[in-house]
Amino acid sequence: MALYETESYDAIVVGAGHAGCEAGLAAARLGKRTLVLTISMESVAMMPCNPSVGGTGKGQLVKEIDALGGEMGINIDKTFIQSRMLNTAKGPAVHSPRAQADKQRYHEEMKHTLEKQENLHLRQGEVVDILFETGGFRADGKRVAGVVLKSGAVYRGKTVILALGTYLDGRIHVSDASWPSGPSGLSPSLILAEKLREKGFALRKFKTGTPARILAHTLDYSKLKEQKGDDEIIPFSFMNDDIGGNKRSCWLTRTNEKSHAIVAENIEKTAPYGGYTTGVGPRYCLSVEDKVSRFPERKSHQIFLEPEGISTEEVYVQGMSTSLPEDIQVAFYRSIEGLERAEFSRYAYSIEYDCIDPLSLRCSLEHREVENLFFAGQINGSSGYEEAAAQGLIAGINAARKIDGKAAFVPDRSEAYIGVLIDDLVTKGTEEPYRIMTSRAEFRLILRQDNADLRLTEKGFELGLASRERYERYLKNKRDTETEIARLRQTFVSADEAARFLEHIDDARGECGKIHGKISLADLLKRPEVTYELLRAADKDRPEVTPYARRQAEIQIKYAGYADKQNRRIESFKKLENKRIPDDIDYSSLNGIRPEAAQKLSEARPQSVGRASRISGVSPADINVLLVHLERMKAGGMRNEGT
Amino acid sequence: MRETIAAVSTAYGEGGIGIVRISGDRAGEILDRLFRRGGESGKKRSARLSAGRRRVFQDKKMYYGFIEDPLSGETLDEVLVVFMCAPHTYTGEDVAEIHCHGSVISLRRILDKTLECGAAPAAAGEFTKRAFLNGRIDLARADAVIDLIKAKTDRGYDAALGQLEGRLSERIRDLRERLTDILAEMTVYMDYPEEDASSDDDGNVRSFEDRLNDIRKDLNELISSSETGRMIRDGISVAIVGKPNVGKSSLLNALLRENRAIVSELPGTTRDSIDEYASIRGIPVRLTDTAGLRDAETAVEALGIERTKEALRKADLIFLTFDGSGALDGEDLEICSLLGERANEIPALAIVNKSDLPQRIDRDEILRLLPGVSAIVVSATTGEGVENIEEYIEHEVYGGRVKQGESLLVTNARHKALLMRADAGAESALEALRREEAFDFAETDIRDAYDALGEITGQTVTDDILDRVFSRFCIGK
Repeated sequence: MALYETESYDAIVVGAGHAGCEAGLAAARLGKRTLVLTISMESVAMMPCNPSVGGTGKGQLVKEIDALGGEMGINIDKTFIQSRMLNTAKGPAVHSPRAQADKQRYHEEMKHTLEKQENLHLRQGEVVDILFETGGFRADGKRVAGVVLKSGAVYRGKTVILALGTYLDGRIHVSDASWPSGPSGLSPSLILAEKLREKGFALRKFKTGTPARILAHTLDYSKLKEQKGDDEIIPFSFMNDDIGGNKRSCWLTRTNEKSHAIVAENIEKTAPYGGYTTGVGPRYCLSVEDKVSRFPERKSHQIFLEPEGISTEEVYVQGMSTSLPEDIQVAFYRSIEGLERAEFSRYAYSIEYDCIDPLSLRCSLEHREVENLFFAGQINGSSGYEEAAAQGLIAGINAARKIDGKAAFVPDRSEAYIGVLIDDLVTKGTEEPYRIMTSRAEFRLILRQDNADLRLTEKGFELGLASRERYERYLKNKRDTETEIARLRQTFVSADEAARFLEHIDDARGECGKIHGKISLADLLKRPEVTYELLRAADKDRPEVTPYARRQAEIQIKYAGYADKQNRRIESFKKLENKRIPDDIDYSSLNGIRPEAAQKLSEARPQSVGRASRISGVSPADINVLLVHLERMKAGGMRNEGT
Repeated sequence: MRETIAAVSTAYGEGGIGIVRISGDRAGEILDRLFRRGGESGKKRSARLSAGRRRVFQDKKMYYGFIEDPLSGETLDEVLVVFMCAPHTYTGEDVAEIHCHGSVISLRRILDKTLECGAAPAAAGEFTKRAFLNGRIDLARADAVIDLIKAKTDRGYDAALGQLEGRLSERIRDLRERLTDILAEMTVYMDYPEEDASSDDDGNVRSFEDRLNDIRKDLNELISSSETGRMIRDGISVAIVGKPNVGKSSLLNALLRENRAIVSELPGTTRDSIDEYASIRGIPVRLTDTAGLRDAETAVEALGIERTKEALRKADLIFLTFDGSGALDGEDLEICSLLGERANEIPALAIVNKSDLPQRIDRDEILRLLPGVSAIVVSATTGEGVENIEEYIEHEVYGGRVKQGESLLVTNARHKALLMRADAGAESALEALRREEAFDFAETDIRDAYDALGEITGQTVTDDILDRVFSRFCIGK
């Protein structure tokens, strides 16, 4: 194959999945000449697994991507067919939006957005190699110079972002059968995997899976439970107010003992239990065979049937991914109530793919050793569209900033779920496909989905990514909220009125807090039973308030005490986060740090004590030693110490 | 490599023996340059030293000999020395100790010689800091070292040793594990809203409440042990009350076995409360002598009475003093009624003084007025019966009503504050659960409790924790 030179770009994004799309759009929107390469134009922003965006933790990520000026929120608002706010029975910190997408339209809209984007070229082509030149972080180090396509075309790039998804050395498994493949039958990226290995990247096998798709008209709806979308739909994007209503419902059913028996009898025929795969799968998204073998005491598992779009009969059978042989899959699915006559359009499979160890990345998502080479998405060991998109956005932003010689943009754990995601990946690493969860965010009372714009849009605007229109909407929302909070704090009702109001709304705890004199509407709103909506009865002269300001004022007033507590925790977190570790620190000379910890720290070279404390294998005692050391260095007391 | 440090490790001016401690790689070499073993002649020793042949000290073996000025050869003191090899030493480094005579001059001169030989003077807490840095002790133990130093009495010493052995750390770790379990269950519930198996909300909440209540019970046990801990370290507080001129000051002096407070025949001479410290049978005791209770005619005396009331409020133990040579009068009754308000909370002892004089008091009347209070007859002047008071103190503290609280004692104010923060977190979490708030809110509070406990053992790292711990050390430790 003869190589030939073609064009030069500021940023070359390899892959146009959820990470690649955000990376390309971000770099282009920051004024960089950007090329996005995809194996197939048909797979841009493809959803090879579930037809939905959002969920616990994931919904927060999408809102953050949107607040910074990313595309995912806007795209799902354009193409959703059902929307729900999950966890509404619980506190606002875990309220998580989720929308069912029209898969085909999601792909088309995103592809169209990329095509129209100024500075961005979306092109079909398979990358088979990346080019290095000498230099970079060390004189004898490496710097990325461009990519080579299967055709021999060479594209030069100042930065390269690898967003390879599950294509890298991808292999599909169905029982004992397996073949090289990308997701959903697309061609895998085999040569590049080989070249990356040759170049010394340590690759490892992860595994994921997807359930079968069955046809909607073959379901027995009389046996299924309907799950409708919300009446009031809150858009993912802060740019949208009204995005229309739900177009489809989801349906619920359950597995039963008979279906579990089918799986148990045939478990040796599945890829992992039969010993046909060794890849590490996600603990948080178990295959049917794992569910049955790990939780034998559970007699039934819930199933969501999710329509894949408006112009298709295909239905996604959530939670039922498997690598059982296809005939057994049919028997198993048909043992489930409502699915007795289900016809299959696609069978379930599991897929193994190569990914890198994210510990080899900086928090900007640039590689530690190879300058200007960024990694984003599933290649970094994460799972999920939203996790991928968040990394893509950060990689795209930081590639652009690297070219401009600007400091990397990395939100920390107290600022965004995106910060939690990236810090977890590059500081702690992961031994299985990483999924974001609300429990991973220690400051989740502050990192809510409703306030993502308040947390991040200002930053997005400073970066140059959030548009002026977005910035002004944010300013207005913020102002409206503040005005409404101030009004509620300054509007008082008499004790009598308050008592009548509480009686009216049947406040069972009315007696426990006797009111003397007068009480502000804000204080009334703090009572557990009182909602902003109910408060209207006592709020005679309530002005017109936008839905945004209404929701935000309610949350901020009701949970002010907890927000204060969490903010105090954030303060102490920031103290360690801001305690810098000098770049030239020699961990091996630090008396008292265990050799294992010294080695981990030398490899990871954390920039702050906070980050150092999260590296696995580094104990609190090691951190205390490090603190003492830094303390003494600061005091100039390091006589004869170190080498 | 860290420099070798030296300091006097025993308190100046106390005790017959003092110790100069040297820690670091050069400890053995410095010791060799200063120490002549009994039996080795000065000539042979200088020949050996000038030939560069060093003595190899056996690990943890006591040697008898002399400290000599390496230049002049002058003998400074007769000593016992011991050399301990790294890493199994207090600091984790090579350690040499010179046990010499306890006089300030001797200690000072030996320390100066170690510095001349290349040791650096140790900073406050540096030995312990090195022990900590070298992984010899965790933070709770490091704190216990502080208390060990500060402990003035045998009992305090025992408590400090308990922490040194990590008993507190063990209890705290257990509490943290229990909090972790609750946190883990709460987060599962938050992350899987669609999972139907764990949707038994009420059951969850009840179980969390029960478990948090148990944890609070254990925390409060530790916190109340810190009250006893305070007594052991700072001494229990004994208020001596009684009407004027019953011999309170004489009694105080008898207990102190020295004349300190002014004793006078004029009623109301002792106008201020006087605090004196004594070690009674190994228990540190703070004795507070108060002005007599008498309707105040002057401002000064009014102040004294206020102080009496104050002392009554704060005391761990009360001595009600009566004059055995006179009949009970209205003032005595007033005192009994004043105590009555606290009689159930704190132990009190009726002391009938002046047993050397003819007795006119009706002792049965006292016992009737003060049910449950025992009475002891003494003569502060002759010392008769004072021993019984000492026995009473010992009995009350170790076996009786002044709560001793197991063998585990929290004797450190920082620990206590953190335990209280943990308890406040657990309490607030319970409150959130009772109000049926979302688990996230309770979870935040529980995490705070968890972190507070972690600060005690050093599992939770805060940027100022080391400053706080080590700054409390004195030089030589």
